[in-house]
Amino acid sequence: MKINYTDVLVIGGGLAGLRAAIGARRRGHDAAILSLVPPKRSHSAAAQGGMQASLGNVVKGQGDNEDVHFEDTVRGSDWGADQRVVRMFVQTAPKAVRELAAWGLPWSRVQKGDHEVIINGQKVVLTERDEAHGLVAQRDFGGTKKWRTCYVSDGTGHAMLFTVSDRAIAESIPVHERMEAIALIHDAGRCHGAVVRNLATGELSAFVAKATVIATGGAGRLYRVTTNAVICEGIGMAIALETGQAALGNMEAIQFHPTGIFPASILVTEGCRGDGGLLRDVDGHRFMPDYEPEKKELASRDVVSRRMETHIRKGKGVPSRFGDHLWLDITLLGRAHIEKNLREVKEICESFLGIDPAEQFIAVRPAQHYTMGGVRTDHTGQSPTLKGLFAAGEAACWDMHGFNRLGGNSVAETVVAGMIVGEYVADFCDRADGELQVSTGLVREFVHAEQAKLDHLVHGGGSEDAMALRLAMQDIMTRQVGIFRTGADLAAAVRDLQGLLERSRHIGLRHSAPGPNPELVTAYRVQKMLKLALCVAHGAAMRTESRGAHFREDFPRRDDAGWLKRTLATWRSAGDLLPTLDYEALDVQAMELPPGWRGYGAKDSIDHPDTAARTAAVAATRQALVSAPRSDVQRALMPFDDLLPPPLRGPNERIDDMQT
Amino acid sequence: MSTIPIHTAAASPPAAATQAGAGRTLQIRVLRYNPQQPAVPPHWQTYAVEDAPGMTLFIALSEIRERQDPSLHFDFVCRAGICGSCAMLVDGRPALACRTLTQTLGDSFTLAPLPVFELIGDLSVNTGKWMRGMSERLQTWVHEAQAQVDLTRLEARMEPALADAIYELDRCIECGCCVAACGTARMRPDFVGAVGLNKIARLRLDPRDTRKDDDFYDLVGDDSGVFGCMSLLGCHDVCPKQLPLQTQIAFVRRKMVALGWS
Repeated sequence: MKINYTDVLVIGGGLAGLRAAIGARRRGHDAAILSLVPPKRSHSAAAQGGMQASLGNVVKGQGDNEDVHFEDTVRGSDWGADQRVVRMFVQTAPKAVRELAAWGLPWSRVQKGDHEVIINGQKVVLTERDEAHGLVAQRDFGGTKKWRTCYVSDGTGHAMLFTVSDRAIAESIPVHERMEAIALIHDAGRCHGAVVRNLATGELSAFVAKATVIATGGAGRLYRVTTNAVICEGIGMAIALETGQAALGNMEAIQFHPTGIFPASILVTEGCRGDGGLLRDVDGHRFMPDYEPEKKELASRDVVSRRMETHIRKGKGVPSRFGDHLWLDITLLGRAHIEKNLREVKEICESFLGIDPAEQFIAVRPAQHYTMGGVRTDHTGQSPTLKGLFAAGEAACWDMHGFNRLGGNSVAETVVAGMIVGEYVADFCDRADGELQVSTGLVREFVHAEQAKLDHLVHGGGSEDAMALRLAMQDIMTRQVGIFRTGADLAAAVRDLQGLLERSRHIGLRHSAPGPNPELVTAYRVQKMLKLALCVAHGAAMRTESRGAHFREDFPRRDDAGWLKRTLATWRSAGDLLPTLDYEALDVQAMELPPGWRGYGAKDSIDHPDTAARTAAVAATRQALVSAPRSDVQRALMPFDDLLPPPLRGPNERIDDMQT
Repeated sequence: MSTIPIHTAAASPPAAATQAGAGRTLQIRVLRYNPQQPAVPPHWQTYAVEDAPGMTLFIALSEIRERQDPSLHFDFVCRAGICGSCAMLVDGRPALACRTLTQTLGDSFTLAPLPVFELIGDLSVNTGKWMRGMSERLQTWVHEAQAQVDLTRLEARMEPALADAIYELDRCIECGCCVAACGTARMRPDFVGAVGLNKIARLRLDPRDTRKDDDFYDLVGDDSGVFGCMSLLGCHDVCPKQLPLQTQIAFVRRKMVALGWS
């Protein structure tokens, strides 16, 4: 049995994992990355539109700062986020953009002078300031008050991933490609690394480390209709769940993106609407202003997706032989803009729809897009219940997105969390309690246990078809745990998923060839994915309110009195057929922004008993400090500076601040 | 009750589509070999798949694995033409399988793994190992003037047109099509390929990289670099991102020749 030793084991070679590894490496710790695929193929590459950071360089971003980004993010989360973590994030995001700029990322830049844009369907001329010329540009995105989304044409994620991946190569960080962590090695509340399967040879080995970081992205493939890459199966979350120690937070919070192309569910960026694109129905009517007079197409994703589905239910969808869809119209942006700033969108339309989006409307329909939930961590990225286990990015419930993530905040979270968690991982490795204390006997036990499970799948004589179970799971999730949820649907989903989980314990394979064996991969993954699916469905069934992306038709109001709390799912025993759910209350009295209306979406909600008092206290503090600098007001309301690693503290310079 | 009416699954076309399709049955011939089973020699295996409108090779191969042969090995990640995982030989020509529509192919066609790269199994090859080796050799990262900039300060300015020009070359997805289509790469295992030369062209453009042409000459000024190119330009013809490889290779060569003579 081969055992590999390193200081920091990072599971996942996307942006979050790469950046965390670079952080630990720069602090003098050895880091090794495991990746299912070459890291530059990770799903981070699919983030097209951009990354939010409150630089305020463009004229429509003037006046932007951390406070505005903070409020947009908390409103977007429907108050489900940890507000201290949101503060850490918005403070670090401009630093992340500037770090990437220094590393060679070709951010699109501000061109001084006049340029024509489309706002609310109208041509408008904006004049960019001379002093902003050549600084990083921003575009508009949903759910934001200012133009804040920094971008590289519409290949932002691709360019970021290549820049950070090449930086990891520069730092000599080894990436073990086609290696999959299939179990975490742990005892007595301490994680020691992972059992790893080589996807090219089928061999098992162990990676032992002081700190283990899960950065495996989301679990979109629990659904049949998803924008996610085929590798986004949530296995990193699942192996954390299977420890019985680490908890998964808010797994019922699943985002549906308004504009998956129909029917292939390939994403076209929110930048289409940010740049002025409109949604139209079967009659060519622009319907979003009817529902959302203020933000229109640029309300948050959960709201736009629900409005679209509602409009289709009213019979206003465009019928096709695959079902109904709506139209995304970017023809009004003009060919020159599309070919420069929405080039990937154009390629996707040509390749998968056979249309020219400068001339024709794009068929779209909401599709599963993002997993707000994940491995529950504290603000340092560490699991509170399994020491030495960290998580970052979409795989984590850190928790800056709450029940709905804003566009442009995911790719921003990857690098920001990588920067912050990378520092905390290094701190952990520096401390005495970070020392490696594990016997090779324990490692051997874990590897043998996993080998025995795989052998049982190959030779156990089971009769269930892994692929059929997987398709059935995806169908249940898409039909019954989707955008609109009801108690009856969810109860049926939980029951049916439990049936599938039971059956997955009797999978038999048709092929037993040595080597990669894709059928075996499907088999062990579907066993894990079913547990995640049950966390989503059971969590959704229990949560009798609507918040962010979780919408219950039988409980349409947000209920802060009963549900201003985070769901924590653990899988206590391997033989269980349901996760155990616990809840972690959010403290209204500690909030900088007490619960209220988001500025879009439903207006009625049930107040938390502390909301009125906290709202009054916040107003009184703001009144008392009315002439103080905004940083003093912020500090008085909810101090967070000491939560950030020292190298990441400090104000962010802006051209407007320099002139006053 | 269904809350999301059924769209087609990305991985399998709906029955209606199949019925309404072109009505032809595709004969897909796949070159198969599993290096873990050397006793079974490489061989062609034919799969019959009902064609459907809008069917891509991603959909067709996924359907084969789901319904006919779960042992068939291939690589897809994004299935949207942006990650570069699924390059293979389609009727002998390198292409991204996810973006190849079956309607553009004949009733019978072949799929084979990319040459040059190490074979993992069937249609899966190890492009990652090759690309990492190329990146290490050519040091394909910006060599900054200072190791750590002050992140609290404004970012350094760059002309918008220059940023756009850099991104134009930064669009490479390292899929390996250019290497598989390259005559030199077939003969010289150490040739850096159009992918490597394009990276040098991109880094030369970038004022943040402190390296000069002397430094780039050390990296690509020989037959494993830009002087190994025979100007057959298969790379340019097959690049799925339509990168301007022909002009970039010519440009780098001109710069390196000038340096070699000076």
